[in-house]
Amino acid sequence: MKKVLLTSIAVSMVLSLCIAGSAGAKTWKKVRVATEGAYPPWNSTDPSGKLVGFDMDVIDAVCKRVGLEYELSAHAWKGIIPGLTAGKYDAIIAGMQITAKRLEVIDFAGPYAKTPGSFATLKKSPLAEYKSPLDLVTLNEISADEQKIIDAMRTLLKGKIIGVQTTTIHSDFLDTYFKTVAEIRKYDTQENVLLDLTAGRIDAAEASLSYWIPIMKKDQGKDVALFGPAWVGDIFGLGNGIGVRKEDQELKALLDKGIKEITQDGTLRNLAVKWFGFDNSPK
Amino acid sequence: MDPVFMVEIIPRVLSGAWLTVLLATLSLSSGFLLAILAALMRRSRSVLLSAPIRAYVFVIRGTPLLVQIFFIYYGLGQFEVVRQSFLWPVLRSPFWCAIIALTINTTAYGSEIIRGGLESVSWGEVEAAKAFGMSGFLLFRRVIFPIAIRQALPAYGNEVTLMIKATSLASTITIMEMTGMANMIMAENYRPMEAFIVAGAFYLSFNFVMTRIVQLMEWRLSGHLLPPKPIAGS
Amino acid sequence: MGLLAFGETGWGDEMALAALTTLAVAVCAFSLALIIGTLGAAAKLSRLRILRGLLDGYTTVARGIPELLIIYLLFFGGSGALMFVAKIFGYRGYIEVNAFTVGVVAIALINGAYQTEVFRGAALAIPRGQIEAGLAAGMSDRLLFFRILVPQAMRLALPGLGNCWLSALKETALISVTGLVEIMRQAQVAAGSTQMPFLFYIVAAGLFLFLTSFSGYGFRRAERWAGRGARSI
Repeated sequence: MKKVLLTSIAVSMVLSLCIAGSAGAKTWKKVRVATEGAYPPWNSTDPSGKLVGFDMDVIDAVCKRVGLEYELSAHAWKGIIPGLTAGKYDAIIAGMQITAKRLEVIDFAGPYAKTPGSFATLKKSPLAEYKSPLDLVTLNEISADEQKIIDAMRTLLKGKIIGVQTTTIHSDFLDTYFKTVAEIRKYDTQENVLLDLTAGRIDAAEASLSYWIPIMKKDQGKDVALFGPAWVGDIFGLGNGIGVRKEDQELKALLDKGIKEITQDGTLRNLAVKWFGFDNSPK
Repeated sequence: MDPVFMVEIIPRVLSGAWLTVLLATLSLSSGFLLAILAALMRRSRSVLLSAPIRAYVFVIRGTPLLVQIFFIYYGLGQFEVVRQSFLWPVLRSPFWCAIIALTINTTAYGSEIIRGGLESVSWGEVEAAKAFGMSGFLLFRRVIFPIAIRQALPAYGNEVTLMIKATSLASTITIMEMTGMANMIMAENYRPMEAFIVAGAFYLSFNFVMTRIVQLMEWRLSGHLLPPKPIAGS
Repeated sequence: MGLLAFGETGWGDEMALAALTTLAVAVCAFSLALIIGTLGAAAKLSRLRILRGLLDGYTTVARGIPELLIIYLLFFGGSGALMFVAKIFGYRGYIEVNAFTVGVVAIALINGAYQTEVFRGAALAIPRGQIEAGLAAGMSDRLLFFRILVPQAMRLALPGLGNCWLSALKETALISVTGLVEIMRQAQVAAGSTQMPFLFYIVAAGLFLFLTSFSGYGFRRAERWAGRGARSI
């Protein structure tokens, strides 16, 4: 009986030490970073299995600046946020936009990029001929002219099939403004959206300009044409950020510092031009 | 785990049930007919007829349904020549691609089940029928086929359950059947457990109903095999 | 064809590695299912009604819900559930529930239900007379189990087990939705990156065909070995 008592006291002491130890402020030396690996040029997998892309270069530069070691891993997009909150990894860098809905669950460092969304279709499609009077539509406070464009797009896309990646701001955007006029198909990966766009299964697709512009230069996207204005604001969020858990404020501060430094010394701008062909760094 | 939320999402999950049932019934019915054809071809003495069926069954049973679905949907859609062909209106639609994939799958498994049923018909019964002067199609229709079907029924009942479960794979090619709906609910609310539990409950109920129906069919077809009923009052 | 080459520019080595992962998941899941199956069958044949009822519930649910749904449930809900249980014991840390573990557990749970039925059928098919003879000869329960039940049950269960193994092998393709890099996921990644789905899904099919036909051959040999000495009709 005495033995049992002593062991249980010892065990509970060890356990409480562990709990106490983990409650203190954390100094970050190493961070486990998650990405998707199927969203070029932000992140993709090359034939040798290595993760490459704008996101990879950014996290490398940021971590070097603040003296953090990091470890990359690829995960399916759908479960990437639950994985963070469950503790599978400590940060997400996957071309993820900072949105109010996501901020309810996690926090973000950055933004490290700001890119509008755009519709795209095949060059030979009649949709490609639409010329929008405005280049940019900001959804925060919609002006009368902007509303006219939204209405025109809704008429244009009536009865059409639009493809989009699931669980993204782009699918939210389509659900909010186009659900009642068009059929919206949700795909697990952006690459599958492109496959079906090229195959003609869907009439149009909506995704980030940072995805469209580089892919249109490649063989796979040679038949793709953009149409309509670029969209920013509101549902489109505050730019792309690095996801972290709400309680990891020290990590967020570290990453913010790194992002600020690479913005100021021009590294971020160079990386953006390298991967996207244009500068989408936050001003 | 929010029971209130679970009740809230029932109508949404149920809205996918229509597609689940449609996918299952269409592929099972066409699959059944094709399976009979395939089983007969398989048992034919001509190698020209039986060899392709053997190869077909081997490939379909040796590869996962998910690979088959993706191959038909994304793989065939890759080629310009397919997209310009007369097949394209069908292959363009995710629903018909799913039906094609599911039908091809259930035909392969079904043909083996029916073949087993055909082979189990005892020679004695066939002899007796032939003694009566039956032959050819009449023999098949009146004797061989009914006996074979009754033998195959338990195994085919199993196949029905498997097919209902298989329809959930259609969600991977953008079809909004029950699993697809559950996925969408999870994506919108970040609450996986409730959505998948409700969907699971519905699948269980479907399977329960279908199993009962198959058992009823078995019972009705086996009337002549049951022990004689005692005369009332004795 | 250069796309399938081994090495830096080709996907060949990735696909081969993915095939090994597929095999690893299938083997682990099948082995776990073997344990579940034998224990489950024993429980279903027991005299305790509550045990039989519990097992009936398990096999009905595990065989009646789509495999994809079970995988989603365990993957998205799993670590949460596991950590909830651990919190009760005071452990506030994070429990690693990776895609491999989820996949193995999910397939094992499903396969275990089917194997329970296989073993139960095999045990029931052994003539009662043999057990009575063993008891009459004074065999202890343990001797009865290992000398009479197991050898005969193995022979009767092997065809069913062969089917279960093939199912487990093919079900590993479903774990691709969790992101685990096995054959199906690797094919998807390669197909998306090169925009050549036809080639890579054929390769995936080919790899599975190789694995299933090889296993089929193995099981047929095992059936012949287990059936040696038994008189056939």
